[in-house]
Amino acid sequence: MSSWLNYLRTHRFPHIWCAGCGNGTVINAMARAAEDLKLNKDKTSVVSGIGCSSRGSGYLDCCTLHTTHGRALPFATGLKFANPELEVLVVSGDGDATAIGGNHFIHAARRNIDLTLVIMNNNIYGMTSGQYSPLTPTGALATTAPYGNIDRTFDICKLAEASGATYVARATSYHVSLLKKCIENGIKNKGFSVIEVLTQCPTYFGRRNKIGNAPQMLRWYKDRGVLWKPGTKEDPDKIYLGEFVNVTDSEYCESYEAVIEKAGGKK
Amino acid sequence: MAEKNKILLQGNEACVLGAIRAGMKFYAGYPITPSSEIAEKAAELLPKHGGKFIQMEDEIAGIACAIGGSLAGLKSMTATSGPGFSLKQENLGYACIAEIPLVVVNIMRMGPSTGLPTSPAQGDLMQAKWGTHGDHPVICYYPSSVREMYEYTIKAFNMAEKFRTPVLVMTDEVIAHMRAGVEIPEEVEIIDRKKPEWGKSYLPFKVTDGEEIAPLAAFGSGFRFHVTGLAHDEMGFPSNNPLRNDEMIRHICAKVDKCNDEIVESAEHFTDDAEVLFVACGSVARTALYVVKQMRSEGVKAGLLIPKTVWPFPEKALKALSSRIHKIIVPEMNMGQLVYEVERIVKGDSTVTLLEKVTGELFKTEEMYNKAMAVIKQ
Repeated sequence: MSSWLNYLRTHRFPHIWCAGCGNGTVINAMARAAEDLKLNKDKTSVVSGIGCSSRGSGYLDCCTLHTTHGRALPFATGLKFANPELEVLVVSGDGDATAIGGNHFIHAARRNIDLTLVIMNNNIYGMTSGQYSPLTPTGALATTAPYGNIDRTFDICKLAEASGATYVARATSYHVSLLKKCIENGIKNKGFSVIEVLTQCPTYFGRRNKIGNAPQMLRWYKDRGVLWKPGTKEDPDKIYLGEFVNVTDSEYCESYEAVIEKAGGKK
Repeated sequence: MAEKNKILLQGNEACVLGAIRAGMKFYAGYPITPSSEIAEKAAELLPKHGGKFIQMEDEIAGIACAIGGSLAGLKSMTATSGPGFSLKQENLGYACIAEIPLVVVNIMRMGPSTGLPTSPAQGDLMQAKWGTHGDHPVICYYPSSVREMYEYTIKAFNMAEKFRTPVLVMTDEVIAHMRAGVEIPEEVEIIDRKKPEWGKSYLPFKVTDGEEIAPLAAFGSGFRFHVTGLAHDEMGFPSNNPLRNDEMIRHICAKVDKCNDEIVESAEHFTDDAEVLFVACGSVARTALYVVKQMRSEGVKAGLLIPKTVWPFPEKALKALSSRIHKIIVPEMNMGQLVYEVERIVKGDSTVTLLEKVTGELFKTEEMYNKAMAVIKQ
């Protein structure tokens, strides 16, 4: 058995996702990143919120916490701050992380607490069968946007950067090597890391918006995905991938050590 | 007794000192009047006592973070007031179904909505029981003095750890901001959650005979398991099995219900020969005690029952009293909440009269006396 499979709870399979869903690819990349970094499963925690993405925590063999909608980051903040020895990863979706959990997202980034957030962005609320999210493109169709979505979208990576995240990257469920590398680098970063992963939802996004089935959606990512480099003049028809931010700054749990010292407490 | 152990404390400060005494090592919350002194004192004291304090971005994050801290193995608390208590309800239910120990303090202020900040009220009594959706256990202490803020916060931690469930400490603004000399007891009972034994298979949600409450391993302590707010099996994984759903929901309720006698607390004053009974909590109970004494001095045989746990309500104590006292008066700083529980329990044994108050002011003794005397003379 490949050793990365050791990071999966294979006894929980088959998973609940639709045929053609990209979420399994993302969990696969997380397991492979964990294997490459030789993460100690007993000291690793995966926290998730609610939605298709968030069922991913149940398939990873470590200390897993499936929380309430949008709140994975504050739960994860509690775990990490209470026990900084834990390696804490968070899996979330575009709705979970940037709509109901948007406030927690910017504040976790602002604190630069050492969490690695993987956002599976499928541009739709899949679990509730296809309502528009903050990442549904303007003009796209959704069950709650039957005449086309008039909302403007977030750029998750720019939002993360502006909020203070010290590692920010984007990949897709097609660009799996890049995805694994970004997750690894995110885990290695001592601070708040955000990896946005574009992942296909053929059932509720691709089909309704005439992008097609899962292979066609993957081809869509392949054809548009280009590696971002500093100074790139951005073309709105492209998807920019790779690392946007990788810097060092004070990490929250470490900063609290100074508070303990000033208070005269014991570490 | 040792006077040196007596210190002047505000109710909210006493709550934090009690929490630290109980072993609190983690606090996460959001500022809100009239509970903010709890966060401030926790921020000051926790880093001195080997603990951690974090101010979160909102009320929901406050309770979510505290639950995370508890699952990492630290005794955790959050505190809030009316509007914040409303916001915390979903995750309160999460801690119930996921069976995670937690203490939540709610200092009641007048509502609904923003209402009258810092004005006392008792409008959250029913919310404390029914606020989160679904069937769930509720343990809610209602201290009516500064000393009780200290004592019941310790008990709240003990019950949370013992029963693997969130426990509420709720009081009104008057008690939270009251100052009094509190004698700090030299010895207190402290209960810590049970942890699983090494080398044995661990089922974090398994109920066995004689072991009603499964031990709870801290994340990172070597046991890998899943925790979810979904209905779940004994391993913690999601389950849609109707029989298991039934078993799980009944378990989280029964583990507390079965121990009601151990949990429930109340105090009685002048009830032995009473012909009229007051039932009141918190600052209202203090006013009621004064009124009872005044009535006694005038020959009216009045008595007082103070529920110290509003949930579970001291049902047996009230039932015993209502079997012989046929006039019950329930003064409340709301339009009637506790009175429903009283009526449910006495089931027509006695006439029950509500004295309501929603001006945002505390009950004054003369006002309560006059209204109660009018009821007694009927």
